[in-house]
Amino acid sequence: MILNSAFLQNAAGAFSWATVALFLQRAIVQGIPLLYGSTGEILTEKSGNLNLGIPGIMYIGGISGVIGAFLYENSLPSRDAINPALAILIPMLCSVLGSLLAGLLYCFLTVSLRANQNVTGLALTTFGVGFGNFFGASLVKLTGSEVPSVALSATSAFFKKSLPFAGKLGNFGTVFFSYGFMTYMAIIIAVVAAFVLKKTRTGLHLRAVGENPATADAAGINVNRYKYVFTCLGSVIAGFGGLYYVMDYACGVWSNEGFGDRGWLAIALVIFCIWRSNWGILGSILFGGLYIVYLFVPGSLSTQELYKMLPYVVTLIVLIITSARKKRENLPPASLGLSYFREDR
Amino acid sequence: MGEQKAIEMRGITKRFGSIIANEGVDLEVRRGEILAILGENGSGKTTLMNMLSGIYFPDEGQIFIEGKEVVIRSPKDAFDYKIGMIHQHFKLVDVFTATENIILGMKDEGKYNLKDAASKVQAICDRYGFVIDPQKKIYEMSVSEKQTVEIVKVLFRGADFLILDEPTAVLTPQETEKLFSVLRKMRDDGKSIVIITHKLHEVLALTDRVTVLRKGKFIATVNTKETSESELTEMMVGKKVSLNIDRDDPVDPKDRLIVKHINCRNIEGRKILDDISFTVRSGEILGIAGIAGSGQRELLESIAGLQKLEGGEITYINPANDKAEDLRNKTPMQIRNLGVRLSFVPEDRLGMGLVGNMDIIDNVMLRSYRKGKTVFLERKEPADLAQKIIDDLEVVTPGPTTPVRRLSGGNVQKVLVGREISSAPKVLMVAYPVRGLDINSSYMIYNLLNEQKKNGAAIIFVGEDLDVLVELCDRIMVLNSGKITGIVDGREAVKEEIGLLMTKSDNVKGGNADG
Amino acid sequence: MADNNKPVMTENESGKKVHEPLFHITKKAAIPWQKAWAVRIGSVVAALIVCALVTMLLVHKDPIKIYGTMLSGAFGTSRRIWNLLQGIAMLLCVSLAVTPAFKMRFWNIGGEGQVLIGGLATAACMILLGDKIPNALLIVVMLISSLAAGAIWGLIPAVFKAKWNTNETLFTLMMNYVATQLVAYFVNVWEVPKGSGKIGIINQATRAGWLPVIGKYDYLLNIIVVFVLTFVLYAYLKYSKHGYEIAVVGESENTARYIGINVKKVILRTMILSGAVCGLTGFLLVGSTNHTVTTTIAGGRGFTAIMVSWLAKFNPIFMILTSALLVILEKGAGEIATVYGLNKSFSDILTGIILFFIIGSEFFINYTINFRKAHKEGK
Repeated sequence: MILNSAFLQNAAGAFSWATVALFLQRAIVQGIPLLYGSTGEILTEKSGNLNLGIPGIMYIGGISGVIGAFLYENSLPSRDAINPALAILIPMLCSVLGSLLAGLLYCFLTVSLRANQNVTGLALTTFGVGFGNFFGASLVKLTGSEVPSVALSATSAFFKKSLPFAGKLGNFGTVFFSYGFMTYMAIIIAVVAAFVLKKTRTGLHLRAVGENPATADAAGINVNRYKYVFTCLGSVIAGFGGLYYVMDYACGVWSNEGFGDRGWLAIALVIFCIWRSNWGILGSILFGGLYIVYLFVPGSLSTQELYKMLPYVVTLIVLIITSARKKRENLPPASLGLSYFREDR
Repeated sequence: MGEQKAIEMRGITKRFGSIIANEGVDLEVRRGEILAILGENGSGKTTLMNMLSGIYFPDEGQIFIEGKEVVIRSPKDAFDYKIGMIHQHFKLVDVFTATENIILGMKDEGKYNLKDAASKVQAICDRYGFVIDPQKKIYEMSVSEKQTVEIVKVLFRGADFLILDEPTAVLTPQETEKLFSVLRKMRDDGKSIVIITHKLHEVLALTDRVTVLRKGKFIATVNTKETSESELTEMMVGKKVSLNIDRDDPVDPKDRLIVKHINCRNIEGRKILDDISFTVRSGEILGIAGIAGSGQRELLESIAGLQKLEGGEITYINPANDKAEDLRNKTPMQIRNLGVRLSFVPEDRLGMGLVGNMDIIDNVMLRSYRKGKTVFLERKEPADLAQKIIDDLEVVTPGPTTPVRRLSGGNVQKVLVGREISSAPKVLMVAYPVRGLDINSSYMIYNLLNEQKKNGAAIIFVGEDLDVLVELCDRIMVLNSGKITGIVDGREAVKEEIGLLMTKSDNVKGGNADG
Repeated sequence: MADNNKPVMTENESGKKVHEPLFHITKKAAIPWQKAWAVRIGSVVAALIVCALVTMLLVHKDPIKIYGTMLSGAFGTSRRIWNLLQGIAMLLCVSLAVTPAFKMRFWNIGGEGQVLIGGLATAACMILLGDKIPNALLIVVMLISSLAAGAIWGLIPAVFKAKWNTNETLFTLMMNYVATQLVAYFVNVWEVPKGSGKIGIINQATRAGWLPVIGKYDYLLNIIVVFVLTFVLYAYLKYSKHGYEIAVVGESENTARYIGINVKKVILRTMILSGAVCGLTGFLLVGSTNHTVTTTIAGGRGFTAIMVSWLAKFNPIFMILTSALLVILEKGAGEIATVYGLNKSFSDILTGIILFFIIGSEFFINYTINFRKAHKEGK
């Protein structure tokens, strides 16, 4: 962050706390979808499943919420009749449902049918991105709008609603209170996930499944159930990333390909925070910052593209350093990517 | 000793593909007894117990506990019936601490509290005299510490039935004795203990009854008091042990391979070879005896160029020109390029010696594929050799293009040995070459070794069956915890003497010999 | 869902309820290849039926008509056939590239980035040297630099894999996006006209660095190159010493060390090859097909190639079929989308469905489900 403020000083000509606050705020906003994605993927990977379908699942989570909100908004006689609770609950439930089904599909193929995880995950990403763009475009057609996007501003308003006193607290308020509830939810989920992994029996069992499923099995842990539950839970959390993106970040406007490569960035974040979701909170803000730092520093359009490369380069460096140091606690779960069959000899 | 049947297995059959691991096996465990399951390697002991502990599910047969039929679908079910198994390959999570491993899978009452668990673990340790640090990570532990964690884990769960799979293979004699006294104490508490072993003296020293398996089938159950070593051996192997392996005197023996003061550490940094020096001569078979994990594998791999050594020298005297070549810390390729004719039949046949998914021709080619000047493979010669091996060694296979993974154990070994001797080696190293083989295949292997001996090869034979070692080898070197404890003449050696050398512990300190 | 743990309650003679697994799963001994392929083809047929049902739900047309539309989309005109063949060739080329790595159990999912970087190198040569050296020399320079660029992109993760066993799946994945951003950077540097955000057709007037067109068929060169490459790679993997070493390293590193193969050298060499062939794909895409470079020029082929290669069991000849299947599907679904006014992404959905079926079908090739009859007491 010190580095960034140095940049900012150059950017704005004169250093201003307001710029710093704005930068942080934008970085957090950018980071939240990544945080959802990476927390979901961490839980998934801790069960030994390398789910490369996460980018697709985030699309599915997003569009499912959009479909729910769209149907709800259009079922109302007028925009004023909208019920705040339903406006939030319906998209969230739809998102959960969509991501859950995608997670179940992945589990069925890789856990029950023991298919190759890489291939299954990539197929799921192909499917999920296609699913999102297809239904997104279909909704656009239904609305008959001129621009290729669906706008659900009424629903979005509820998702974006920040705390009332945020505006009164100056820079402090900007950095800490100017967000919709899903931002805080992401942070809470990340903290809870870290706590569960580290401090509970369930977490102990989950980590055992990902490290050494044969041992977990022999200890009486239902390996397949853990893989199913946490991969699906991870999918749902990742799906929230898609929902957050469209409802909060994009103000309820779904546009095809808008989500971009954030799913892969979320997977990078998993490595960057070495499978610790609480570290992922800071990591996501850093990644978010790297993603938008080009807006705050001088330079041509072209150098912006180099800044966008930074999250990936940083992740590569972390990946290399952890593998070189070989500290056992920082390596990927030992059975990551392998399917488990009890009767293998 | 109670007579009550605590566990009964009836007509258990288990197949793996075309291999029958257990066929119609009956077994009975009584409350408050120590039962040995005795059998040679590959007789199906572990598979049978894995069905009791929920790792495998039987294809046929029934299991009764306290007279009631039960179905054990998973290790969890086994725990519910208070059955706990200590596997030969430890089931521990490396990045977890001892305590975390011990409480793993337990859904007991109350809060998840590692501190409480650690003190409970400590209490069990104190009661039986185990020494472990509850906070230590498994990957920092020695083999014997890991086994201790495994045993504490089962005790922690309050198991009534303990199954131990070859528990003494990694222990020093003192640790073995300590283990046995714990087991006796638990038996007196009314627990039932099943110990899987192929060591007769342990059976006689420890157990109340013995169930003998042979080739997956139930042979008999006898009371230990009423039986003898020779009777048990007969049941185990099926006939009186009179091996009658040929042994000619070495012809014109010359020093071929001289090993001096080599040292080696394993990945965990434990010293696995400690100042090893010996000489192998042409035309003789040098046997290597020792309990499993005494450094046999590392020794052979050191000579083959697969281990990093910490000093000492390995010298090969080339019979063609009597030139001495230093082999230490050379790669297998460099050794070969020096003109050293060294063949090696490793212990792990499909994991190291052969490639399971490749056919016989491609496996035969492993050693020679570099032949020829072009970038392309020359498969004609290997195909002829493969056919020759199949014919000469009577390999049972649909043809030379069958993947070796689909052959039975004996035939896999024939392909491997056939390939290794086809290059007319001057030094031939074989590790457990008859493990899992039937009698006929075993004799074929012995004959092949004798043939190579006659041709002037220097042979190093790592074996586990002392009867074979004393009948086949010219000299026998005994390894014990990475050290040589003696080299005896094969013609004068007695099994008991070797057994003593294998387990004596005057040169190892305290209980940490393995650590 | 927990396959072998599904209990069912049955009653035995004493009337007491006993838990029994409904079924349990065992590994199959290898089944004949004809049977294995029958299962795979069966799964494709099943998938096509499901795809037709999905399409019917959306467009309310009978399935025959839908498939007719698909076929016409793929084969309808000679231009479409050429497009199709070109699409197959490019996908096949990336699939060929990643296959040696997969045979070595090195999960190179960085084909996308390796193609991009090869394309970028080609475009760089065209832009920077376009009017400075003779055309033939230029093409040679383009070829060499694209191969080298791809090779370097493949080599970097391999170096770390060989040295520290760094996870190659995650490494190559990250390298894709580094490549994407590099391309994005240079697109901005070389954009024509300024501010457009794209390079446009390079050397449109001079055609410098454009690969020669055989006859009047634009894509024929690419198709021939890839076709030849398929058989070269097949021979390389099956009949060359290198290919043999790759197979041994992939099956068992222990065995490889035992027979004196330098495992690290094989990993590095194979990834150079894998990356270079990806670079070649970039060269063909930029030099022959598109005459420009964009961040999406690889078009997800780096990922699709993984499935092509895996579905074909890493056999280059079978890969002709699997890549054809996926491209025909894509073009056909694209046509459905156009004709019935659906979105282009429809093809991704259909592709996904077919892939799920084929992926799932492997289970029935490798495993048997044994149903356990309700237990009866004999006596």
